[in-house]
Amino acid sequence: MKKILTTPISDEALEGLSAGDIVYLDGYLVTCRDMPHRRLVDQGRPLPVDLRGLAIFHAGPIVARDGDDWRMVSIGPTTSMRMEVHEQEFIRQTGVKLIIGKGGMGPNTEAGCRDYKALHAVFPGGCAVLAASRVEEIERVEWLELGMPEAMWVCRVRGFGPLIISIDTRGNNLFEKNKRIFNARKVPAIEDISRQVRFIT
Amino acid sequence: MDHEQAVRQMTDIVARFTDYAGKHLPDDIMGKLTELRAAEGSPLARVVYDSMFDNLAMAAQLNRPCCQDTGVIQYYLKAGSRFPLLAEVRHILTEAAATATRTAPLRHNAVQIFEEKNTGTNTGERIPWIDWDIVPDSSGIEIEVYMAGGGCSLPGQGKTLMPAAGYEGIVAFVFEVMTTYGVNACPPLLVGIGIGGSIDVAANLSKRALFRPIGSRHPHPRGAAMELLLEKGLNEIGLGPQGLSGTNSVMGVHIETAARHPSTISVAISVGCWAHRRGTLRINDDLSYEILSHKGAQL
Repeated sequence: MKKILTTPISDEALEGLSAGDIVYLDGYLVTCRDMPHRRLVDQGRPLPVDLRGLAIFHAGPIVARDGDDWRMVSIGPTTSMRMEVHEQEFIRQTGVKLIIGKGGMGPNTEAGCRDYKALHAVFPGGCAVLAASRVEEIERVEWLELGMPEAMWVCRVRGFGPLIISIDTRGNNLFEKNKRIFNARKVPAIEDISRQVRFIT
Repeated sequence: MDHEQAVRQMTDIVARFTDYAGKHLPDDIMGKLTELRAAEGSPLARVVYDSMFDNLAMAAQLNRPCCQDTGVIQYYLKAGSRFPLLAEVRHILTEAAATATRTAPLRHNAVQIFEEKNTGTNTGERIPWIDWDIVPDSSGIEIEVYMAGGGCSLPGQGKTLMPAAGYEGIVAFVFEVMTTYGVNACPPLLVGIGIGGSIDVAANLSKRALFRPIGSRHPHPRGAAMELLLEKGLNEIGLGPQGLSGTNSVMGVHIETAARHPSTISVAISVGCWAHRRGTLRINDDLSYEILSHKGAQL
């Protein structure tokens, strides 16, 4: 059965979820990448969207004008690690509960997820039309002066996923765990290949 | 056809091809992804591959860019010295990129340096990027259009080694980059490695390596062997789709080389994400054309 999170997301809804689980989202998803993080955390500018209990998406979409409205053409995750320096403080200030992006995040976000009860999850990168098809409506856009990718697009989504939890509320980190395995496997692979490429003699 | 008409016609062909290449992956990449998908067994890897293939089908059906990050557009050319529109090519490709940006639509990705403003057209200083290779005595032009998202451009790195480091130093560098940055670059990745005597040469060759068809091999037996060894070794790490772990890590490893200085070995890496939006278009002197990368494609 599909596990669905609905906004506003409560702390209790996140309790039983662990890194590696797959969930889907119903409700409000707001795009938020480098610039809104910078503006809030580094410059102290209040966000134009109240994110308490909501989900953010590290994503810069392609949107099209549809009369007076906007239509989501293509939206996929961007590299979450770029937001790592800001994310702990961002979670603390906003009360955001679900951070969706691509690839892993680091110790700042782990601490943020643990201390303020939030999740980081991965939407499969490059699957932007699939993601757009789960956007029911773009309700509004804020900070459009930052350009299409960096603006905050407030979207209502249904069945948005698959979302693979990479950091859970206990601070467990799927990518860090994987990285340790990858690094352990790397050593014998390098040794084995190095023996066979001694071409300078 | 007069000269002005010819310029308009070629602009139109390249614009439509650029639009198309943002929505459909080339045949060799589709074949490789199908093969890699079949090899995965874990539920996480399978759900990701299912999403990837659903997404490609939807992109084709809805006529939309398959990934939202349509990159800073690059054109790599093999231009015949006798191609009649040679002098107009930069103008044509710039117009084509701007047109495709409106028609596809492509994301606006050209940010001017120092001004730090997005131009909103995917054209800007030296952008679209154009790389020239002049082919003597040919009257046609072969155009590679390439869109690399920011995610798979981030691992791009180079290093100049001392000869004492040997080819072993290249191996260690490749593995370091792949386990550190490859994870976030949307694996399974195509890995382009350039080797030469200085960093600019290696960097350019590493990008060109990404345009070789999957499965093609370096002409030198040692180069071909090294490609296969790296491919096998990287797959043993098991990054899996999206770095979530799995049976494989890469779609392939391609090495391009130039003779080096005796005192230096420069190595550079460029990686292509699984949504490797590369398209090859051949235009003849009469402006008839053939799409080499996507069989049966209609513009």
